[in-house]
Amino acid sequence: MSSEYLFAHKHILGLDHLSVPDIELILNTAESFKEISTRAIKKVPVLRGKTVVTLFFEPSTRTRLSFDIAAKRMSADTFSISASTSSTTKGETLADTARNIEAMMPDILIMRHPSSGACHYLAKHIRTSVINAGDGTHEHPSQGLLDLMTVKEHKGEISGLKIAIIGDISHSRVAHSDIIGFSKMGAHVFVSGPATLIPKKIERLGATVCTTMAEAVSDADVVMPLRIQTERQNDPLIPSFREYATFFGINRQVLQTARPGALLMHPGPINRGVELAPDVADSAQSVILDQVTNGVAIRMALMYLVLGGK
Amino acid sequence: MSMVQAILLKNGRIIDPANKLDKKGSLLVEKGRITAVFTARQKTGPLPKKLFSIDLQGKWVVPGLIDMHVHLREPGEEHKETIESGTLAAAAGGFTAVACMPNTIPVNDCQSVTRLILEKAASASARVYPVGAISKGSHGKILAEFGEMKQAGAVALTDDGKPVTDSQLLRRALEYASNHKMLVISHSEDSGLSRNGAMNEGFISTSMGLNGIPHIAEEIMVYRDLALADYTGCHLHLAHISTRESINLIRQAKKNGVPVSAETAPHYFTLTEEAVKGYNTNAKMNPPLRTPKDRAAIIKAIQDGTIDAIATDHAPHSVLEKDIEFDQAANGIIGLETAVPLTLALFRKGHIDASRLVQLLSSNPARILGVEGGSLGIGAEADIAVIDPELHFVLQEQDILSKGKNSPFIGARLQGKAVLTLCGGRITHNLLSP
Repeated sequence: MSSEYLFAHKHILGLDHLSVPDIELILNTAESFKEISTRAIKKVPVLRGKTVVTLFFEPSTRTRLSFDIAAKRMSADTFSISASTSSTTKGETLADTARNIEAMMPDILIMRHPSSGACHYLAKHIRTSVINAGDGTHEHPSQGLLDLMTVKEHKGEISGLKIAIIGDISHSRVAHSDIIGFSKMGAHVFVSGPATLIPKKIERLGATVCTTMAEAVSDADVVMPLRIQTERQNDPLIPSFREYATFFGINRQVLQTARPGALLMHPGPINRGVELAPDVADSAQSVILDQVTNGVAIRMALMYLVLGGK
Repeated sequence: MSMVQAILLKNGRIIDPANKLDKKGSLLVEKGRITAVFTARQKTGPLPKKLFSIDLQGKWVVPGLIDMHVHLREPGEEHKETIESGTLAAAAGGFTAVACMPNTIPVNDCQSVTRLILEKAASASARVYPVGAISKGSHGKILAEFGEMKQAGAVALTDDGKPVTDSQLLRRALEYASNHKMLVISHSEDSGLSRNGAMNEGFISTSMGLNGIPHIAEEIMVYRDLALADYTGCHLHLAHISTRESINLIRQAKKNGVPVSAETAPHYFTLTEEAVKGYNTNAKMNPPLRTPKDRAAIIKAIQDGTIDAIATDHAPHSVLEKDIEFDQAANGIIGLETAVPLTLALFRKGHIDASRLVQLLSSNPARILGVEGGSLGIGAEADIAVIDPELHFVLQEQDILSKGKNSPFIGARLQGKAVLTLCGGRITHNLLSP
């Protein structure tokens, strides 16, 4: 790499432990790797002979495939394990599962887990590099980074932008990583949603809380609705999806109050007609699929960097 | 050594607030009872010939400590603790008596379970006072048999671990317990507000992505409990108080003459929610560690008498329940072997004097529970703790006698320790060189 900056992290557990130079290095590295995916032969030998294991305790299509493709384009051998947390109630602890995997000498273990802090727990118990692919309602660092990359790509500069994140902030690990990441890079993050879904003291993480969506979206450079997680509906958090769509759904009218040329982003999967009107999702302002494309480049960069950037 | 009939504890600082005593002196124990107390100016009277004499220069001689809130886990969860191991830990911590909570498996909600506990406790290293359940199975529906449990040896009642959500049930429990002169202890928690919570709600819970337990979850129920005590006129004891507003409510209620007493635990006046950072499951308990403001209010309440007792809420767990994902990990930490140094820290910082410390850890719990102990009066059972307030040590996992090693203080430098414990005149713990 052209950068002289040394990446000193063995694990990627969250954006909270990455510095601004760390983030810049990751974004620059990803930018240089992005081109690989456009080649006729989409493979470089950078991680040849390395073993990457993905261990997912929650369903995932996009993130898992993205890590898998990223690893393969770097010539690593990849193995996927779908685990259910119910297997831990059968007796095997997370630490045991991880130690068993480690005994087969992988180089990177990528984990998604429903418990916040599960990747921190793993990093304490094993020596293999751990990349957090989403832990509970805590962080989703690779998503946060690909969002930064996408905004930087389209806007040139992240610093000074107004970022509006709308929806279930409480249960969104993407929102947490984005708030931390965009704030670190000098953007102003505004959040809005049903007050039942805004966690206490989120402003100390760097976000400005708006009671109306209009306030958050007005003159925003980036508008990002979050998925309303249907599995959360046992708690009395919102009365109905219909009411949610009326007051917190992003449609054309709402998007028009944002700055001209504002980017529409979404971490996916989209509930069309709930948090996002179908026509806006497919509009020219939407960079949702660019996010997905950049996700591969970010994950290539992360794997490259945690293994020492060689 | 424990065969010796007479023991002279010489030259210690005797601190016995029940008898308004804080003087250097010696104390004679014969046949399991205290038979003489000599202050330094007095001449010791005639002493028995076969006498085991221990010089306690620089040490404190206090009534045996009484922990009114421990979980001994037997019956049912003997991998976490047994009555034997728990009382060994108690003795090592200077405790001569513990009140054990009923959330065993099965729940101590009837005389046969109470009897089983007391049978096991016959050979234990500390007195064991079983606390029975308020409701059968602690399900919060039907009153348990208070009278029969009292006859079997239970001293108090609680559904600890679970709040009594039905206010009418707690009211009836208070009323009916008065027939049997039994103490009712409330675990004050609004279980709706605390649902799925893993730590105190605030910036740290948000930044760690953990569900929070707001301080109002405790305070709303403290208010209800105080109203019930006031309305019924029956004494109610509030367990493990952790928040500033709970303290304000209790202080006001006491001013108004509400029959209430309250305890807190050493971790609430020592630690804050910061200790959870890094997903440290040994800092996970319920109620959770709170903020510096709450901690300051707890210390103030310990000083001014709003808090009557320090109880550890000793809650042993094995690695199976603790060395796992944070949100899945069990609540609770052990406390018997660290209560003395942590409470002594309040003394060293000038928050409380030595007599107050003894009240909080011994004479007040005895009075609230209505049990013997908490005094070094002549004729009393020789339940005595000798504390070296200067002893420095680093808490090491391998030195912990409890089966549970779930302490956030492992590796911490602590000061002050029980070095000798006598229970009924029997030496149950001894770090002094013979």
